[in-house]
Amino acid sequence: MKPPARAPRQKMPEQSAEERVKNFREVPYGYPPETAKIEAARCLQCKTAPCRQGCPVEVRIPEFIRKIREGDFAEANRIIKGDNALPAVCGRVCPQEDQCEKLCVLAKKGESVAIGRLERFAADYGLAQAPETPPPAAPTGRRVAVVGAGPAGLTCAGDLARLGHEVTIFEAFHAPGGVLVYGIPEFRLPKAIVQAEVDALKRAGVKIELNAVIGKVETIDELLAEGFDAVFIGTGAGLPNFMGIPGENLGGVYSANEYLTRSNLMKAYRFPDFDTPIIRSRRVAVVGGGNVAMDAARTALRLGAEEVRLVYRRSREEMPARIEEIHHAEEEGVRFELLTNPIEILGDDQGRTRGMRCLRMKLGEPDASGRRRPVPMPGSEFEVELDTVIIAIGNTPNPLIPSTTPDLKVGSHGTIVADKETGLTSKARVFAGGDIVTGAATVIEAMGAGKRAARAIHAQLMGG
Amino acid sequence: MFAIKKKRLIAPKVVLMEVLAPKIARKRRAGQFVILRVNDTGERFPLTIADSDAEAGTITIIFQIAGKSTALLAALNEGEAIQDVVGPLGRPTHIEKVGHVVCIGGGVGIAPVYPILRAMKEIGNRVTSIISARSKDLLILEEEMRAHSDDLKVATDDGSHGFKGFPTQILQGMMNGGERIDLVVAVGPVPLMRAVCEVTRPRGIPTVVSLNPIMVDGTGMCGGCRVSVGGKTQFVCVDGPEFDGHQVDFDLLSKRLRTYADLERASAEAHKCKIGAG
Ligand SMILES: Cc1cc2nc3c(=O)[nH]c(=O)nc-3n(C[C@H](O)[C@H](O)[C@H](O)COP(=O)(O)OP(=O)(O)OC[C@H]3O[C@@H](n4cnc5c(N)ncnc54)[C@H](O)[C@@H]3O)c2cc1C
Ligand SMILES: Cc1cc2nc3c(=O)[nH]c(=O)nc-3n(C[C@H](O)[C@H](O)[C@H](O)COP(=O)(O)OP(=O)(O)OC[C@H]3O[C@@H](n4cnc5c(N)ncnc54)[C@H](O)[C@@H]3O)c2cc1C
Ligand code: SF4
Ligand code: SF4
Ligand code: FES
Repeated sequence: MKPPARAPRQKMPEQSAEERVKNFREVPYGYPPETAKIEAARCLQCKTAPCRQGCPVEVRIPEFIRKIREGDFAEANRIIKGDNALPAVCGRVCPQEDQCEKLCVLAKKGESVAIGRLERFAADYGLAQAPETPPPAAPTGRRVAVVGAGPAGLTCAGDLARLGHEVTIFEAFHAPGGVLVYGIPEFRLPKAIVQAEVDALKRAGVKIELNAVIGKVETIDELLAEGFDAVFIGTGAGLPNFMGIPGENLGGVYSANEYLTRSNLMKAYRFPDFDTPIIRSRRVAVVGGGNVAMDAARTALRLGAEEVRLVYRRSREEMPARIEEIHHAEEEGVRFELLTNPIEILGDDQGRTRGMRCLRMKLGEPDASGRRRPVPMPGSEFEVELDTVIIAIGNTPNPLIPSTTPDLKVGSHGTIVADKETGLTSKARVFAGGDIVTGAATVIEAMGAGKRAARAIHAQLMGG
Repeated sequence: MFAIKKKRLIAPKVVLMEVLAPKIARKRRAGQFVILRVNDTGERFPLTIADSDAEAGTITIIFQIAGKSTALLAALNEGEAIQDVVGPLGRPTHIEKVGHVVCIGGGVGIAPVYPILRAMKEIGNRVTSIISARSKDLLILEEEMRAHSDDLKVATDDGSHGFKGFPTQILQGMMNGGERIDLVVAVGPVPLMRAVCEVTRPRGIPTVVSLNPIMVDGTGMCGGCRVSVGGKTQFVCVDGPEFDGHQVDFDLLSKRLRTYADLERASAEAHKCKIGAG
């Protein structure tokens, strides 16, 4: 079975830009089986598998790709699942170009194997089959509470349940999934996929208690006192930052969290069939340059805005968003206003947003993050007319749990201090992982942390 | 699902419900609220916990039918259940023995004042309550408020019951009469809270108000509930809902409350049409 010599990296078919800005359906369709096999055949099956080192959970990449090439898609999926509980999610949202694909030996020529797309293909194949119910593990009689149903919490819970522990997840929202359901839009990650993964967890015996804000309805100490043998905290970094400029509290100014939560979790894009309203904007500015900003901008277009600008104070190279997402946003007609910084949001006499005053910037010396620092250009002020501003300049951890758990050590940015390998915090029997420990990061890193913590919790529960 | 144990219409368009939510009932304190979602397509909206019974595991909510969500909630009957109830949210009221406290509740704002009044009384304050409504039949919780207050005064806009006029006039009268007041707590429509603050400001009487911005999550993750207090942005769901009324930018609050007015009206209309047709 010799691969056709030097097939190029296979493209994934997707909805055209003109079509997709009118709907919320997923943009790429995924590989058809034939294309997946061609792409899989491009993998050189390197003995050392450098690609694996780029993956935070070290998915056995050459092995699963080989199975795709051989047409054994179910086995490919099983191999990935051994290391990654949510492959249908990661295949879609991992920043692969900075992780597994970055270290692929073919990356030097800019033609790395499309590992993410293949992972998505195998996972989608798995989801389409009847679910496999893993053999029930012998109950250990130990109980673990997991706080937060984001990728970190879901992964930790799943691993612990498979080891025979009794796991209950406490989630503040009325739906599990964390950022996967309230942040990342349907057109990038269909919610049915998250639901399928959650259903699988439930079949594995995980209990999920929704509408449970830990720190309010119960504290961490109360959970321990109630008989949970260990607690994992995976509450994410959900607190939105604002810029602190005049006019930020006007009607029509949203945090990206609010805008995306209204649209994704509350389905405001289907108003009035769903009851949650969202402003029907005409002219929108999104402030920021990360994935969150791209998601907000593309959501605004789909909600019918005529003009959506992305205002970012550095240049394109510094944008933290995934290249693919920047590209998608641009194709769909988002206008990039780079090296631009807002200094005031302007309102009308009804307290509604009518515009924004901005400054042009130029790049100066590198700052602490190694990126060149933007400096204002004197006299470059200008105004744009707008009715909506969405602020997407980052999130920090919510202080609720630290403030109600006195002996939990907290870092300088409000993150919970936890051991890198085990997730153990300063408090006995309490572990933490994901964005609450690292600050806003990625889905797969949160999952990796959940996984490592599950291993450590298991060791502690069975050892002591 | 959260079962409705009891439902009663206590004034036109004002409904009292006892809802089974044992964990919340056990934990909640005066001043806190819940966020509800009536069904799968519903929005999340806040209501104050007016009372609770830890033994029965129930919380009491009292709400005015204002638009679609409260209408949907009011349409549920005893034995039926609310999809989602989350809480207790917000900071509890700061309860301290200060001397003489005046608790002012306007309209459906009487419901959130009721638990505060009781806590203020329990800790040993002398409490005068002033409750008001547009007319007698809209007045809620009069008996309950009277039972726990040292003195209860009633005002109606049309004079159909008690004093004819606004509660602020009663408050002003007390102050003019030289009565010592150590703290005022006011809950009600924004114009009422603003007016109370204007009355107490010249004498520097500490005045606490409970703000009612539009909320989504109620846990500090969206920022939709932000208000300006003393020039600083605060999230009402986690930093409040109670604030020093003399520092609150009421103008901003009322403008933000109107953000979705057109959409809400459309939604309520569509809802009525559906009910009408069905
Ligand atoms: C809009 C957006 C787009 C993104 N796009 C990408 C992408 O393309 N690729 C990528 O890899 N990463 C992306 N990220 C980042 C990624 O989603 C996060 O790094 C990841 O979700 C972190 O997982 P987590 O489990 O730590 O926390 P979260 O996903 O934030 O989940 C935390 C959960 O805990 C719950 N919770 C919080 N407090 C409490 C409490 N007190 N009690 C009970 N429950 C609580 C929350 O409701 C939530 O469900 C994106 C983030 C956003 C916001
Ligand atoms: C902390 C807090 C406690 C409250 N306690 C009570 C109470 O005990 N009893 C009571 O009757 N009302 C209370 N309210 C107000 C109540 O939440 C609104 O009346 C309700 O959301 C109206 O929804 P609707 O769909 O029926 O009406 P709509 O037609 O949607 O709205 C009517 C008005 O209600 C406000 N509103 C709309 N949506 C929301 C939302 N998601 N969150 C907050 N306000 C909104 C707006 O000002 C709007 O103009 C409280 C509000 C807050 C913030
Ligand atoms: S989980 Fe993410 S980083 Fe790891 S192999 Fe899959 S796509 Fe690559
Ligand atoms: S580095 Fe690239 S070519 Fe080599 S095994 Fe990994 S995916 Fe295949
Ligand atoms: S309601 Fe979202 S932060 Fe307060």
